[in-house]
Amino acid sequence: MAVLEILTYPDERLRQVSGPVQQFDAALQARIDDLEDTRLAGPGAVGIAAPQVGWFERVLIVDVSGRKKTRNHGHLILVNPEITEWDGFAMGREGCLSVPDYTGNVVRAERIQLEALDRHGEPLSFDMDGFEARAIQHEMDHLDGLLFLDRLVSRRQDLFQRKVYKQ
Amino acid sequence: MSNWYMLTLVGKDRPGIVAAVTTALFDADCNLGESSMIRLGQNFSVMMMVEGGDEAGVRAVLQPVAERLGLALHIDAIDPGLHQRLVPDVCIRVHGADRAGIVAQVTTRAEQAGLNILDLESDVGGTEQQPIYILQIEGVAEQGIDAIQTALAPLQADGVKVDVHPIETLIG
Repeated sequence: MAVLEILTYPDERLRQVSGPVQQFDAALQARIDDLEDTRLAGPGAVGIAAPQVGWFERVLIVDVSGRKKTRNHGHLILVNPEITEWDGFAMGREGCLSVPDYTGNVVRAERIQLEALDRHGEPLSFDMDGFEARAIQHEMDHLDGLLFLDRLVSRRQDLFQRKVYKQ
Repeated sequence: MSNWYMLTLVGKDRPGIVAAVTTALFDADCNLGESSMIRLGQNFSVMMMVEGGDEAGVRAVLQPVAERLGLALHIDAIDPGLHQRLVPDVCIRVHGADRAGIVAQVTTRAEQAGLNILDLESDVGGTEQQPIYILQIEGVAEQGIDAIQTALAPLQADGVKVDVHPIETLIG
């Protein structure tokens, strides 16, 4: 168990696309534990993705259960997650452990259907919405080398144009 | 180079102002921090946090540019202040038939309920015969959002639509 160093922008490594997890072995379990320790050591992060600690496999952790009035599925460790359906748009404010001292508005899908594996390779599926769905989309962007900075919309722009959400 | 200034430039809008001003600052070895430009009506305004030499030097660089572009220039020395940003946790939207005093009523009641305003934007829409007023505020609710909601609720009775909702910032 260890708290790992978090890569911060403009570190180019945050830009790379991560590959799927192939082996569900003891090493994976140890890395997941380190990832969670690192998330908990940060300033109130509801999620973290493996590339943020320089681990370029498709693993993320999200837990919004500590927030008031927020629908959630508890503490989620997701391996090789895929969003299979999107619905609706919502604007919300985001920040990132990898982008200290900046927050901005980002448009995300309001509801998603999600398929993933758990830490032992067993299949999971979820319907989720709101803040939890936003957290998943934020973390999944990291797996594809994207940051919320790539999706900023103006804080003064209340009405935004509908556009096809990038997959 | 640790002197910081708040520059304010205001005047009639025209294309090219931002490029001309920022190029002059760059050529004078000044660095930009936070900045915000907005157009109100036909008027240009920008505020810029600038790190540079002494005030007279900054003024000498900008005054000719401001005069050429018809802008009023104002320079204030400020504390070095990057990375001091507050994160809003409440958004207030207000709209209704335009009448005098809406902003004063909303902001006074909200301030008494603990609101620190970080961002305010208002506009007049509708028609000339039936103008409507639209106000958007972001801020920090130092006594919680419910206190602001309660303080603003009586305004609804005067035909003003007030919507108070939390801004949740996701850190991931």
